[in-house]
Amino acid sequence: MNMIEAIRDAMDIMLAQDNNVVVFGEDVGYFGGVFRCTAGLQAKHGKHRVFDTPINESGIVGVAIGMGAYGLRPCVEIQFADYVYPAYDQIASEAARLRHRSNGQFYAPLVIRMPTGGGIFGGQTHSQSPEALFTHVSGLKTVVPSNPYDAKGLLISSIEDDDPVIFLEPKRLYNGPFDGHHERPSIPWSKHPLGEVPEHHYHVPLGEAAVRRQGSAVTILAYGTMVYVAEAAVAETGIDAEIIDLRTLLPLDMATIETSVKKTGRCMVIHEATLTSGFGAELCALVQESCFYHLEAPIERVTGWDTPYPHALEWEYFPGPARVGSALKRMMEA
Amino acid sequence: MLKKWQKKDLLKAYRTMREIREFEERVHIEFAAGGIPGFVHLYAGEEACATGVCMHLKANDKIASTHRGHGHCIAKGVDINGMMAEIYGKKTGTCGGKGGSMHIADLDKGMMGANGIVGAGPPLICGAGLAAKTKGSGGVGVAFFGDGGSNQGTVFEAMNLSMAWQLPCVFVVENNGFAESTSPKYTAPGVTNLSDRAKGVGMPGVTVDGFDFFAVHEAAGEMIDRARKGQGPSLLEVKFTRYFGHFEGDAMTYRPKDEVKKIRQTVDCLLQFRNKVTSAGMVTDAELDAVDREVKALVEESVVQAKAAPNPPLSDLLTDVYVSY
Repeated sequence: MNMIEAIRDAMDIMLAQDNNVVVFGEDVGYFGGVFRCTAGLQAKHGKHRVFDTPINESGIVGVAIGMGAYGLRPCVEIQFADYVYPAYDQIASEAARLRHRSNGQFYAPLVIRMPTGGGIFGGQTHSQSPEALFTHVSGLKTVVPSNPYDAKGLLISSIEDDDPVIFLEPKRLYNGPFDGHHERPSIPWSKHPLGEVPEHHYHVPLGEAAVRRQGSAVTILAYGTMVYVAEAAVAETGIDAEIIDLRTLLPLDMATIETSVKKTGRCMVIHEATLTSGFGAELCALVQESCFYHLEAPIERVTGWDTPYPHALEWEYFPGPARVGSALKRMMEA
Repeated sequence: MLKKWQKKDLLKAYRTMREIREFEERVHIEFAAGGIPGFVHLYAGEEACATGVCMHLKANDKIASTHRGHGHCIAKGVDINGMMAEIYGKKTGTCGGKGGSMHIADLDKGMMGANGIVGAGPPLICGAGLAAKTKGSGGVGVAFFGDGGSNQGTVFEAMNLSMAWQLPCVFVVENNGFAESTSPKYTAPGVTNLSDRAKGVGMPGVTVDGFDFFAVHEAAGEMIDRARKGQGPSLLEVKFTRYFGHFEGDAMTYRPKDEVKKIRQTVDCLLQFRNKVTSAGMVTDAELDAVDREVKALVEESVVQAKAAPNPPLSDLLTDVYVSY
């Protein structure tokens, strides 16, 4: 399966298994979603379970919170993560705080799926990676799958979770792994082991990172598209890095990170989002708090530049394997 | 109706509509050929709206546009060479290649920007209108948005704000029948016309046939005149269809096959315009054909220039984020 099929499969299984699960969003019902993640689900499960909305991001999320508070499990789609800002008030002020302010009486078991990230010439309103806007809000969980297997297992876990989950889908990974070498032909998921997706219900638990590559020289913390960029950089530099795919940013699997950094003595954090106040800053703080006496070099960050996502110069913005590779070499000399 | 028109204005209106049509048809071809990066949403079929509205606007009037913004740009006088280069992501583009198709903006022309965010424009145009009112500069503001955008909270807020402050603004909802793939019959079932929503805030609201340039022009003229005289905002709904997909590459599985073909052959705005002005004896077919040829050459030249233009240098990557970095 590719990542679109895996995500669709997760929703399909949950719709069949739990009558409380509903799926909705802009062009999600009849049309099946602009990225086709919900194709066929309305025909199979009915218009009351899978439906279209007006272009109303704030309304979509607000309605999902209300439904969640009264027993349903909405899994909604924001068509692009870049469109989420009108809904941010409902997410930050309502979904995230419902449990706390009602002293645990109400909670909102909802999932907000959003295609995220660049690499598809989407320009400034179709390429953003806003994960740090969600990890900064107490009460939200934030998930970023990097492959079809994880996407399905994580989405099932997210739908079954009793807290609001922000589910960010790196859109450049929908059809295949992408390592930043945009000039090369793309590889489909059918040629990657993590494109092997079981048809049955299974979990990838929230809060568990995956070690994608064992190594001894440096730990690379990555998520989403950057996992493959890290793999390419490691292959090209020959540096024996350990690559950790965080999979969920919050809850964060600090144990796996700590074990790795204490073993390698070096840590690099990479993400596509802008640098300043990005999730990488939180990772740097946590690593220095828990591993300070094991570090042999300053922690490095390789990220998108502090600018809106440009239309031209896309690949100069994108933190590709060349930038990651040169940072790796620099770190090993420190 | 044609009696009050001068020949030069008819030729100007036709030329603007033809420029938009030719530009969009050409971008459609070039996009399919693979030369254009990014997402492109074409305005073909909707030319009578941008043209009929913007013909009333002066240099210091402002417009806010949508993701389907090429037509508004051309009608407000943005240079076609700069637009084409911008779509190609070139240094010579209207925004130096930083914006692309969905974000073409030209301050000098009063074009506040195409916009990738649906429903973002109307509040901005309220600001332009209030700035004009505050500074006494006399300009009006026109916000274009789609039937999909009309459902956004920002649009309702902007319409109400414009009434609260009696702003020199006109709201133009371009109802092409599909918010991407979803019909307003589903998303706005409570109103026959989207202009009925004007009643909710107490402003005038009118719906016109968007294939009829003269109908759009007349209705827009009254509203813009009203705004210019300080008599407050209004809402114009223009009904038509788009000839291409929501975005280039959209297979349009949600539309009847041949629907567009039929419309092109019957009610197309350029076709209707040509029939009206030639049968009234005001302009000849030969004169309109000459415009077609000139415009074709103009757009051809814009493509040649755009393809040959340099990419932005690496040093542009971090500029224009702040006043100084």
